[in-house]
Amino acid sequence: MGEESTETFDLNTLNDQELTEQVHDDLYNGLKEEIVSATNIFLARGWGPDKVLNDALVEGMRIVGIDFRDGILFVPEVLLAANAMKAGMEILRPLLAETGAEPIGKVVIGTVKGDIHDIGKNLVSMMLEGAGFEVINLGINNPVENYLAALEEHKPDILGMSALLTTTMPYMKVVIDTLKQKGLRDKYIVMVGGAPLNDDFAKAIGADAYCRDAAIAVETAKTLIAARRAAAH
Amino acid sequence: MAAAAKPLLVIACGALAREIVALKRLNGWSDMAVECLPPELHNRPERIPAAVQAAIRAARGHYAHIFVAYADCGTGGMLDAMLASEGIARLPGAHCYEFFATSAAFAELSHAEPGTFYLTDFLVRHFDRLVIEGLGLDRHPELQPEYFRNYRRLVYLVQSADAALSSAARAAAARLGLTYEERQTGYGELASTLGQVATVSLDSTGLRKERSAWRH
Repeated sequence: MGEESTETFDLNTLNDQELTEQVHDDLYNGLKEEIVSATNIFLARGWGPDKVLNDALVEGMRIVGIDFRDGILFVPEVLLAANAMKAGMEILRPLLAETGAEPIGKVVIGTVKGDIHDIGKNLVSMMLEGAGFEVINLGINNPVENYLAALEEHKPDILGMSALLTTTMPYMKVVIDTLKQKGLRDKYIVMVGGAPLNDDFAKAIGADAYCRDAAIAVETAKTLIAARRAAAH
Repeated sequence: MAAAAKPLLVIACGALAREIVALKRLNGWSDMAVECLPPELHNRPERIPAAVQAAIRAARGHYAHIFVAYADCGTGGMLDAMLASEGIARLPGAHCYEFFATSAAFAELSHAEPGTFYLTDFLVRHFDRLVIEGLGLDRHPELQPEYFRNYRRLVYLVQSADAALSSAARAAAARLGLTYEERQTGYGELASTLGQVATVSLDSTGLRKERSAWRH
C-alpha cells in the first residue's frame, strides 16, 4: 500500500453535491483543467452561471482563503487556486453578462503610487467580481490623478486601494485628503488593504474600512453598500 | 543565589546572524549575546511580533539590556506596538534592505524604480531555498510571471564583497528576467545602531569603565 492512485475518474459520474465538493477540492489543489471541466459539466446539467459561480467557485475560494489566513496554505497555493478559479470565471463571465443581472455595486481598485505589488489586489478584484460587483482594476503604481480620473469616469460605489509596503501605504492618505479637498470624499466608500495595514491605520487616514483578506473585502463591500443605500432611502 | 544579569542580548532575525557575528568580532563586543530567530518568519510576518516577544520574555531578568535586530519587516507597525509595550528598541527602517542601504539611499533606489527586487548577502546565499522554493517556483515555475511581472531590476546590496556571491546574484537576476545592479552598502545602519546599543549597554553596566581601568 501507500502508492498513490494514478487512475483518473470521470467527473460526469459525480452527482451535483459530489461534483460541488470535488470543485472545492480541485480549487484547493489548484487544478485548472478540472475546474474548467466541472464548470462545463454544471452548465450542461442546466445550472445557471450564477449558481456555478457561487456554490462551486466562490465557496471553494472562500475555503482557500480561510486556510491561507490560518497558515495552512501559503501564497503559491493561493495563486494556483486563483488561477484555477479564473479559468472557470472565463467560461462564466459571458454567460453572466447574458443574464442581464445588474451588478450589486461598482468598485474602482488599484495599488498606490510607488508600489508594484498586485497579487492580493488582483485576488480581491476577482472575488469581488465573483460576488457580483463590477470591478475596474487600475493596476499598479497609481498616482492620485489616476484614481480621480477613474472615479469621474466610472462613478463607482467603492474606491479600493492596496499597498504592500510600509513606505507606500501613507500614499493612501494623500488620495483620501485630495478627495476631501475636492469635496468628493463622501461620494465614495473607501476601502483599503495590504499586508502591513491594520484597522488603526485605516481609521487614522480616514478610510471607511480595512479589509484583511479577499473574503472580508467582499463582505465589507456588501455591508457598506447596503448601509449606504439604506441611509439614502 | 541568583546569577548576575549579563549586560546585553540582541534578539535578531536569523538573516542577520552572520553580519552581527562579524560586527561583534570586528568591534570586540564580547559582552553582546545574540539569539537568532528563524529567517523563515518573514514568510508569515504577522508571526514575528509574537516570536520576538516570547524571546524577550524568556530573556527578562537574565540580561541588563535587550535590543531587537529586526526592522518593521512587513509587520505593519505590530512589531513596534509590541516593542513599545515591552520597552525595547529595534533597528531603524522598514526592511533590512533599508538599514543596509541606509534610509536615504534606499528611498532613492525605490523612487528611481519601484519595480526593484532586492537581495542581500543572506538572500543571495539562500536564494534557492527562500525565493525559489519559498515562492513555490521549484514546483510551479508557471507562477513566476505572477510574482515578478511588475519587477524590472534586481539590486544586490552587498555587505561583504565576494565574487562568488556577485556571480550568484547575477544568475538570480537572469533567472527572474531582471536587469542587474550592485550597490556596496557594507553593514550600513546595522553597524552604527548596534555600535550605539553596545556603547550604552557597556556604559550603564560599568563594563566600559572597568575595561578602561584594566587597560591602563
